[in-house]
Amino acid sequence: MIAIVDYKAGNLTSVVKALRAVNAHVTVTEDPEAVRRAEKIVLPGVGHFAATQFLAERGLKDAIADRIKAGVPFLGVCVGLQWLFNGSTEAPDVNGLGAFDAACARFDEGRKIPHVGWNALSVREDSRLLAGVPTGSFMYFTHSYRAPVIHDTVAVTEYGGHFTAAAERENVMGVQFHPEKSGVMGLRILRNFVELPC
Amino acid sequence: MLSKRIIACLDVRDGRVVKGVKFVDIVDAGDPAELAARHALSGADEIVLLDITATHEGRGTLIDTVRRTARRLFIPFTVGGGIRTLGDAEAVFEAGADKVSVNSAALRRPELIGEIGSRFGAQAVIVAIDGRRNGDHAEVFVEGGRKATGRGVVEWAREAEQRGAGEILLTSMDADGTRAGFDCELTASVSDAVQIPVIASGGAGNAAHFSDVFLRGKADAALAASIFHFGIADARVLKEQIARDGVPMRLPC
Repeated sequence: MIAIVDYKAGNLTSVVKALRAVNAHVTVTEDPEAVRRAEKIVLPGVGHFAATQFLAERGLKDAIADRIKAGVPFLGVCVGLQWLFNGSTEAPDVNGLGAFDAACARFDEGRKIPHVGWNALSVREDSRLLAGVPTGSFMYFTHSYRAPVIHDTVAVTEYGGHFTAAAERENVMGVQFHPEKSGVMGLRILRNFVELPC
Repeated sequence: MLSKRIIACLDVRDGRVVKGVKFVDIVDAGDPAELAARHALSGADEIVLLDITATHEGRGTLIDTVRRTARRLFIPFTVGGGIRTLGDAEAVFEAGADKVSVNSAALRRPELIGEIGSRFGAQAVIVAIDGRRNGDHAEVFVEGGRKATGRGVVEWAREAEQRGAGEILLTSMDADGTRAGFDCELTASVSDAVQIPVIASGGAGNAAHFSDVFLRGKADAALAASIFHFGIADARVLKEQIARDGVPMRLPC
């Protein structure tokens, strides 16, 4: 069973539907105990970084941190990826998980913000999450803040400079784009996650 | 590089597509779910379902239509037409839409933009503006272009952005239905005035019109309600033609 963590930030219908389309058994939950029982964890997110404060307040952050340490595969989407970093200038008082040691910041002025639409990935070939997803594949993005390129970045995208489109270190994974809205290639990524050994 | 988007629009009344597209090998050309899936497969970057049902009874049908359409779609899906309250928006999101488009109701009560945005995120709110030229400025119209509001298009677009709109869907009433090309001047004036993406609509007649509205009109996306009416096989062919003009397109798609 995959736990989709509901932290009351937007609409989870699309993520649930897409994971079910790749034959995942999913449960949407805000209960830390359900998260601790899950074989895999997905943290979706559209909305403000401040909404992730809910995770700390409800004991979900501790539950997720414990399970990640135990080796449970974790996938963060959009704000869910940014939450894996130390924090974001969008909400400086809210701490992220800190699995990736860097901070997210707003795109520099001089271009349209938010970054909305289909943009291409440059993919690192050793990624398990992005197996079978070639460089040049387009994914659907919608965000105003982005994570810098770090050691664990496995895909970058260009929008006024490179940013992290996907990061991965062992069982900890995140994507800035929306695989649930990125057509066949997006579903491929979700299937890769669903099929990871637990 | 961020690609420009081609958005397929389905006009739906009482659960049936009323104009738009004709695929030769499709069983039921009026079924929104089937058509949307077909568009997605053929390379459309997004789907907009515009409900033009006039009656109250038809609203229940809409939610069912949205649910059936969303079930098979894995690209962004917007629903517009008759969304007047946060409750209307919630029902459509719950049925599987990713974004809603609001028009007249947002003009009547602009707070609606922020209400939907704070609940579902700014990226989920598109403000649709129907503009008509009046001398050297363009005025906002409502009720399907029948009623003037006295508001300037650029000014209302700026306010919509400030109130938390994620995108602007700009329809030129002058160009709509002419198939003589988009109103690039009007589109550029709005695109220059706001930071959020602008979707151009109205006037598409051939692939060159799309290239024009991207390059000269500075549009971030363009709506194609009936591209298949003028002899283009599918979105992929359209996008290949636009790409040849140097516009970044999602290809292969």
